[in-house]
Amino acid sequence: MSLSQGVTETAINSKKTVNRKKIKKDKWVPYLFILPSFLIILGFLFYPIATVFYYSVQHYDVSAPYYNGFAGLENFKEIFTTDKMFIPSLINSLKWVVSEVGLQLVFGMILALLLNQTFKFRGLVRAAAFIPWAVSGVLASTMWSLMFNEHMGVLNDLLMKMGIINEPQAFLANTSTAFTAVIIAELWRGIPFFAITLLASLSSIPDELYEAARVDGASRWKSFIFVTLPQLKNTIVLTTLLRVVWEFNNVDLLFNLTGGGPAHSTTTLTMYIADLAVHGSNFGYGSALTVVSFGILLVFAILYLKLSRYEKE
Amino acid sequence: MFTVNKKVDKILTLYLPLTMLLSFTIFPIYWTLNTAFKPEGDIVKRPLQYMPVNPTTENFVAAWTNVGFATFFKNSLIVGVFTVIAVLICSTLSGYALSRYQFKGKRSFMLMLLCTQFIPRAMMIIPLFVIFKNLGLISNPLSLIITYTAIEIPFTTILMSGFISNVPKELEEAAMIDGCTKLQSLRHVVFPLLLPGIVATGVFTFIYTWNEFLIALMLTNQQSKFTLPVGLSTMMGEFSINYGALAAGSVIALIPAVILFAYAQKHLVNGMGGAVKG
Repeated sequence: MSLSQGVTETAINSKKTVNRKKIKKDKWVPYLFILPSFLIILGFLFYPIATVFYYSVQHYDVSAPYYNGFAGLENFKEIFTTDKMFIPSLINSLKWVVSEVGLQLVFGMILALLLNQTFKFRGLVRAAAFIPWAVSGVLASTMWSLMFNEHMGVLNDLLMKMGIINEPQAFLANTSTAFTAVIIAELWRGIPFFAITLLASLSSIPDELYEAARVDGASRWKSFIFVTLPQLKNTIVLTTLLRVVWEFNNVDLLFNLTGGGPAHSTTTLTMYIADLAVHGSNFGYGSALTVVSFGILLVFAILYLKLSRYEKE
Repeated sequence: MFTVNKKVDKILTLYLPLTMLLSFTIFPIYWTLNTAFKPEGDIVKRPLQYMPVNPTTENFVAAWTNVGFATFFKNSLIVGVFTVIAVLICSTLSGYALSRYQFKGKRSFMLMLLCTQFIPRAMMIIPLFVIFKNLGLISNPLSLIITYTAIEIPFTTILMSGFISNVPKELEEAAMIDGCTKLQSLRHVVFPLLLPGIVATGVFTFIYTWNEFLIALMLTNQQSKFTLPVGLSTMMGEFSINYGALAAGSVIALIPAVILFAYAQKHLVNGMGGAVKG
């Protein structure tokens, strides 16, 4: 082996290490990029959740700090045995989620099918139809409270003009109408979300599929059932799942329109928790309720994803 | 005959249901506007006025100055703007990493982002209150800015990585072959193409912060620090409600959200559809 050869080889080797070093240096880049997001999510999403689990096995009452300390499963025992609010609020949650998500899906689908057709000013009409999506829960509450109001509400006025009711009703203060009233208000805000996501996948269905159905003599209803629905299935499954979780947790309208009343008739589980957190001081018990509600959501999410995957095969 | 049938068909299957759904959507907004422009006495007067007979702006003046909507508006604006800046920086960086690099832990990171979407917001209010109480940040806009940033990063990261993937990698490489540094190619090639996506993500984040209620309620206990939703909610809970001012305050809160939404609607619809689809 001559000297020059050795030098060249070393040179090649060192060049290789330089390259490797450069790659090694580049390897850090993606980690550096995700670092801020990672830290913020860890510190202000995952850490708070972890502490909820910790508080749930503690006596933690801000107004009675003497008794604070390890509680074991006592909070949970109280929820399932002595808490008179738990089961009714769970039933209300179920009613709330099923009626909201069901109605939003149906009306969102109708709206999406309508907006997918061609007509004049379609862009403008779409924007107008989607506005409630940008309206906050509190804002929807103020708007609908102006309409539901007993003394100045337009809804009473219209229903009386149509002869459906004889005298003004306090829709939000009556146990038989309060829940329905809040459901309508939330429906108003929820339809656009479904319409937006469904419209996005509707417009990606190839026209040939519909033409083929037409050639085969399928009616409009049949081509909806056999062409549109199967094509939309994944979107429907995912949107419904997201929406169930979202509506289960959503309290803005309940909080502001009825505050869970009258006589707790509109208190869902999340409303119960929010009320305890905002107006109460027993954070340990509130945390235990939170853990229970998280468990319910988790079981639901797993079941739902399993079932929808199972169907596909 | 055929065309008449076609017309009837179009009315029944398109115009009629569309008009009904649109009236359902528009009417509450119209009624709020209608109430906001009526003088106090006319609001409860019967027969109900479906158009303001004596239109006035006194409710807006009352809401803005007496009730404090000027302060609420300013607070919401501060929280919104700083959250948008923080979210855009974080989500552009992490979105770029997800879209352009293969690295160990990428899948876990994406799984972590997905998991956050199932965290109940109401689950966080007690621990967040304790955390920010310990940090001395209750009634401080910083507590809301940090929390909203954390909540918005996962979804906006996925949005941004989608937008970044739409910018061909070859363009970036071509710029670098032409002598640009990595940073220059990002600034002069990627950034301009990405701008619509950045705007959409910013608008999406801003509307969220503008509308968020429960966390803001929990982390704020001074009226001078209320955001618009908390201010509106407090006003609704008062014993005797000034409906004119409430309606005017609602309009004040509504306008920025609607303008931003109308501006970025197209991008949002595409982005949201894409994010939900896959």
